[in-house]
Amino acid sequence: MNAPLLSARGVTRRFGGRIACREVSFDLWPGEVLGIVGESGSGKTTLLNCLAGRLAPDEGTITYDSAAAGTVDVHALSEARRRLLARTEWGFVNQDAREGLRMGVSAGANIGERLMAIGARHYGSIRQTASDWLARVEIDLDRLDDRPTTYSGGMRQRLQIARNLVSEPRLVFMDEPTGGLDVSVQARLLDLLRGLVDRFHLSAVLVTHDLGVARLLTHRLMVMQGGRVVEHGLTDQVLDDPQHAYTQMLVASILPV
Amino acid sequence: MPDSQHDGSAYNYAYLDEQTKRMIRRAILKAVAVPGYQVPFGGREMPLPYGWGTGGIQVTAAIIGRDDTLKVIDQGADDTTNAVSIRRFFARVAEVATTTRTAEATVIQTRHRVPETPLKDGQILVFQVPIPEPLRMLEPRETETRTLHALSEYGVMQVSLYESIARHGRIAKTYNYPVLVNGRYMMSPSPIPKFDNPKLDRNPALQLYGAGREKRIYAVPPYTPVKSLDFDDHPFEIERWSECCALCGSRESFLDEMIVDDAGKRLFVCSDTDYCRERRGEPVQ
Amino acid sequence: MTTMLPVLRVSALNKSFVVHAQGGLALPVLRDVALSVAPGECLALVGPSGAGKSTLLRSLYGNYRPQSGSIQVRHHDRWVELVGAEPRITLDVRRRTMGFVSQFLRVIPRVGALDVVAEPMVRLGASPEDARRRAGLLLGLLGIPERLWPLPPATFSGGEQQRVNIARSLIADYPILLLDEPTASLDTANRDRVVELVRRRREAGAAIVGIFHDVAVRDAVATRLHDVALPGAQP
Repeated sequence: MNAPLLSARGVTRRFGGRIACREVSFDLWPGEVLGIVGESGSGKTTLLNCLAGRLAPDEGTITYDSAAAGTVDVHALSEARRRLLARTEWGFVNQDAREGLRMGVSAGANIGERLMAIGARHYGSIRQTASDWLARVEIDLDRLDDRPTTYSGGMRQRLQIARNLVSEPRLVFMDEPTGGLDVSVQARLLDLLRGLVDRFHLSAVLVTHDLGVARLLTHRLMVMQGGRVVEHGLTDQVLDDPQHAYTQMLVASILPV
Repeated sequence: MPDSQHDGSAYNYAYLDEQTKRMIRRAILKAVAVPGYQVPFGGREMPLPYGWGTGGIQVTAAIIGRDDTLKVIDQGADDTTNAVSIRRFFARVAEVATTTRTAEATVIQTRHRVPETPLKDGQILVFQVPIPEPLRMLEPRETETRTLHALSEYGVMQVSLYESIARHGRIAKTYNYPVLVNGRYMMSPSPIPKFDNPKLDRNPALQLYGAGREKRIYAVPPYTPVKSLDFDDHPFEIERWSECCALCGSRESFLDEMIVDDAGKRLFVCSDTDYCRERRGEPVQ
Repeated sequence: MTTMLPVLRVSALNKSFVVHAQGGLALPVLRDVALSVAPGECLALVGPSGAGKSTLLRSLYGNYRPQSGSIQVRHHDRWVELVGAEPRITLDVRRRTMGFVSQFLRVIPRVGALDVVAEPMVRLGASPEDARRRAGLLLGLLGIPERLWPLPPATFSGGEQQRVNIARSLIADYPILLLDEPTASLDTANRDRVVELVRRRREAGAAIVGIFHDVAVRDAVATRLHDVALPGAQP
């Protein structure tokens, strides 16, 4: 815990004349789960894509403490190295599982892809690893050879998580991972994610508009409004003692159960 | 030597104009320099439809000279309509000798086979290619397949083989079986049977591949390593037959299955007609 | 009794809530709070309702963010300042040094009571087996029947949830314990069990700060009282 895993400094991204995110700076330390909350259009997904190397910021830098190569400037890397990083040390869980999965091949092939991409060439052991991960995300083993098109929404999302975690990444980016799922399905996914984060000592950046999800999964929160981070702190501090007007409004908008 | 004023024809030598041939030769040189890499070229309209070998013909036209001896095969046979027409075409527009004998040819244009007779230094094998992009069925976006090649990201191809084993218990792909050229580029060997894949590896002949519809040329220079993808526990294997060729008795060649009477009687014969004829000691017809 | 050096010390602590929906109305709650607690002590916060006892306790835990002042905690043999601390510092203090028993359990869907209790100990590096054994021991001491252990506490009664919460906060042997009405929804028998456990932790050297409305409980565990005055009232 001597150095941050991921650091953002002054990250700004414009689309035409509109500023999607503005001068965002933070450090993510190993083992931390950082939530980014805010309503649609607040710039949280743009920021996530910048952090994950998918979208170049107009200003600012993002550095990552890589296991393979020490501290690297994510956007100064060659595309080849950035993509290598993305499929070995990182994961990315999309809100829409169809974007994160290969819908035309089996669950086993989906999980095995990262392994094969980094050189695994033993069918039997790839299949075994895929089975282990299927069990970890609570999918019946007899679904290993089925395509995700035959899976329910919750199962697809769990499969997407397995596909990402199989290479044992150190950092996972998640964009509304529980969005669009039924509440009971959400609960199962949240619990699963929580367990995996603990078990594999994952660090994560999670974008969500659901403060309940943020409460359950994250250690820290950044609240974004109009592209700016308006508040930042421990998750329970931000939710129990919100300081900024916008955060107070967000917290006050949660329906009591 | 400029061939533009050769006698007795309204066409330029070897059909294509000199500028086009130079452009294609430049593409070929680049393809040879970067084995397995697909080089775009300004493909021309040819006097036959796509799918009939327009890519192969343009490559042959760009490299052929009066001293060459041309052989053309289609699925191994010298006497199919397509092979005969292309052979006649070049005999007329390029004034070259033609042959059916693999050993005598300097340029062999082929569709879907590699001759059984081992090739030698100095020979050139020109493949007709329908779909040059080996990743196309897995990744429809051209921008993305280019990136995958540029970065040597070929996990997705291995995924397709995994899927085949998961579904069929073995790698079920029997033709157009993907290969890695010189440890760098993933390449479609064109729809040859996987039986022919080992012949591509370190072959003394120059292999040129032309795709007319998609306007791509790629090459495997002589003696270049060509590896067929596989898994450690599902190694690459070629087809085997329990029968031998009904005509020449070969057990080493690629056999076609033929049904010879109404009772469904089957015979297996060599797909390579020249090889079979040679083994039987028959003269060239 | 030998005087121990304090492990928690607070000085000049100020906390007010600014409500933006009310045009930036500022509600001062804590003003110039100072206290210190040593190992083996149990400081009971007393004062009228609304005086800010709960706010003070939550500020000590880093849950509320004071505007000024100092909260220092002995952590890894060093003093750590919690006011304005980086999140990871506060998290590490919570993980290793300071436990908190609130009146309400934050329920995690689908996780059974035994694992809810065991979790803080696992996070400190104990094996899941050891942590579950200890969790079972604590739940037993607090009178939670074994048949409930595998079930998620969401379906438990208020008193049962409260005891699960207490077990979760006691499992890791934190040197500092913060208790917010730990016996609020318990019957007499269970109240006595909690009192006994807290007293044992105190005697084992924990420094405790708590809010106990039940005077009998307060008398049973507290070694000192600390008056939290209404803001504006003169001390």
